[in-house]
Amino acid sequence: MNRHLISAADLSRDDALLILDTAEELARMSDRPIKKLPTLRGRTVVNLFFEDSTRTRISFEAAAKRLSADVINFSAKGSSVAKGESLKDTALTLEAMGADAVVIRHVASGAPHRLAGWIRGHVINAGDGMHEHPTQALLDAFTIRRRLGLQPGAGDTGPGGRTRRSASRTAGRGGGRTGPARPGGLDGVRVAIVGDVLHSRVARSNIALLNILGAEVTLVAPPTLLPIAVDGWSCEVGYDLDAVLPKTDVIMMLRVQQERMIAAFFPSVREYSRRYGLDAGRMAMLPEHAIVMHPGPMNRGVEIAAEVADSPRSTIVEQVANGVSIRMAVLYLLLSGAELTAESRRPGR
Amino acid sequence: MEEMVNGVAQTWLITKVTLPGGQRADLLLRDGVIAKTGTRLAAAGAQVLDADGLVALPGLVDLHTHLREPGREDAETIETGTRAAALGGYTAVHAMANTEPVADTAGVVEQVWRLGREAGHCDVQPVGAVTLGLGGTRLAELGAMADSAARVRVFSDDGRCVSDPLLMRRALEYVKAFDGVIAQHAQEPRLTENAQMNEGAVSGRLGLAGWPAVAEEAIIARDCLLAAHVGSALHVCHVSTAGSVEIIRWAKSKGWRVSAEVTPHHLLLTDELAEGYDPVYKVNPPLRTAADVEGLRAGLADGTIDCVATDHAPHPVEAKDTEWAYAAFGMTGLEVALRAVQQAMVETGLLDWAGVADRMSVRPAVIGRLSGHGILPVTGAPANLTLYDPAAGPEPVDPAAHASKSRNSPFGGVALPGQVVATFLRGTATVLDGKLAP
Repeated sequence: MNRHLISAADLSRDDALLILDTAEELARMSDRPIKKLPTLRGRTVVNLFFEDSTRTRISFEAAAKRLSADVINFSAKGSSVAKGESLKDTALTLEAMGADAVVIRHVASGAPHRLAGWIRGHVINAGDGMHEHPTQALLDAFTIRRRLGLQPGAGDTGPGGRTRRSASRTAGRGGGRTGPARPGGLDGVRVAIVGDVLHSRVARSNIALLNILGAEVTLVAPPTLLPIAVDGWSCEVGYDLDAVLPKTDVIMMLRVQQERMIAAFFPSVREYSRRYGLDAGRMAMLPEHAIVMHPGPMNRGVEIAAEVADSPRSTIVEQVANGVSIRMAVLYLLLSGAELTAESRRPGR
Repeated sequence: MEEMVNGVAQTWLITKVTLPGGQRADLLLRDGVIAKTGTRLAAAGAQVLDADGLVALPGLVDLHTHLREPGREDAETIETGTRAAALGGYTAVHAMANTEPVADTAGVVEQVWRLGREAGHCDVQPVGAVTLGLGGTRLAELGAMADSAARVRVFSDDGRCVSDPLLMRRALEYVKAFDGVIAQHAQEPRLTENAQMNEGAVSGRLGLAGWPAVAEEAIIARDCLLAAHVGSALHVCHVSTAGSVEIIRWAKSKGWRVSAEVTPHHLLLTDELAEGYDPVYKVNPPLRTAADVEGLRAGLADGTIDCVATDHAPHPVEAKDTEWAYAAFGMTGLEVALRAVQQAMVETGLLDWAGVADRMSVRPAVIGRLSGHGILPVTGAPANLTLYDPAAGPEPVDPAAHASKSRNSPFGGVALPGQVVATFLRGTATVLDGKLAP
């Protein structure tokens, strides 16, 4: 593992699978009556949020607390940051207070890179501008694995009735190392990511991680919402959602912001919804086992119809629960620098 | 009898120097001019500088310098900026108008011009703003600046584009009355809203808003057509794309009065440097791709691009020690420009030293309507000279050692060849042994 988790693209296949498998174990522990582990007792995790995101912040907070870390929430609003303090000075302040890890959410792409240059603690990117949101991608991969029955220890046939694919087919694709590949990848899983890819950090992290794990990614969006050089990305690109649906195991709907309409990315919300929204009719075009994902918060009735969001195929609520397990795994692996041992598995008081 | 002014000999004998054309000669500098050229010259009382192995270039002329004074003396002053210029081999710089207050009146340009003379390290030729306060809506009093003691001939809203086509047409037409030129910062504003870096593969990956090549090329194409229509002189600042080079080549083939400059950083660096989000690589126009670098070099080599201009843009540390999106655009350049050009153009065989003299002194002086500069070292020419050692180094660039007040050089740690050994301004040494002359 690297010292920081800033970009999903920095992970090797083995790193990614280690995080997913660790999250799997931690999730099992969460089912116990006493959820707390003593592992990070005495360590300090700072949630440094320059952008409002209650969901992500409380997810990290819950994860850190279940590992017995001390948590400091630093919100830019109403703080010295609002009075013009620079990120660097904030970083030096946190450093002086002995932060072991800083979870940063920032509106500017690359802010976690800058932070990592100024502090000694571990930096975890909780979303930076239009760049990346690696823990979202990890929790999405975790959710896909579970729903399609691809995690190690699951039967050869997942609950979706779909045959599990062999990890060895693309062995070493992400990790680039020799030897037998760690099982539990997403080899051959067909994932469609639909919507505002251009502005989406969730899309960037997911494309990177899904590639590392062997999945086949297709982007579907109006051409205005795709990066100009998307041809160079390792994924398929399509403009026609209906053509992609029957060949999809996982569909990820991205949030579309209404202000994009003013900037002429598309003519109207209704036209966007008609062409790129997932409604019940379109959901019926998906294979039987396919699942529907959304990173939240949703615009019901825009990119996703209410009956789709609330259908059994939707994983949206699971994604939130899985987020805590993934963030526990990330904090655990970065801060303890070790894989789970029998000792560390013992519940806390 | 040796004449001394401030302890500096006013007569210099430079021996065995290599002229831009390759021949070797001795040069006798006296009374501000090259009094004699020849071999085995002798002059009683002259200070002798053994220039064996050094190239004598006409003193470099920069068409594009931000000296920041008045207003942002924390980033640079005319004193520190011209010291940096002299150390880089420059004997004249054009000071851009985006100061605080903006250089849009005769009063401000005269102040800048006077402060330059007082500093004495190199000539400072102010550039006047095209529009009031760089606001892009009303013409500044261009005639008053032209008639002032600063004799302004180059007008630019640099940093902002004169995007209104009618205003651009009027400006181009108006300055014909006093042989002026409009230097355009070509950037279509709507296509570059909130733009952070070159739009391409890297911006897509990094999630930084793109600054597309077409936003530069569209304005250059429009301005070339406007200049042709009204028969005026257009100068294109800091050309950054291969497509721009093609448009300028086409305009020149029509015989239109179009000139262009390229920066040292656009000749050497590419947008991949943004990968680590270090804003020292944030500049406007942005660093482009390797194909653009190649196009720019070819354009400079064949004369489509007339000259190298630094776009020296000093910024205080805090303006760069920040998130990429919040950081200031700009890079320093005066102290490394010639070395960067050696690396990009001479080492690659694209230009010889005569070519470097042309692109860094002769042509910028012509474009800037600057008398007394850009004249090749012959008998009777003004003694504005740069003595350069192309065999020195390569040495890594150390921004901390720069005379500029700012440290935002993108070449920090990069090994570049060459060294400016001495600079002479009208026969007086401003730089000796690579250091400011006492």
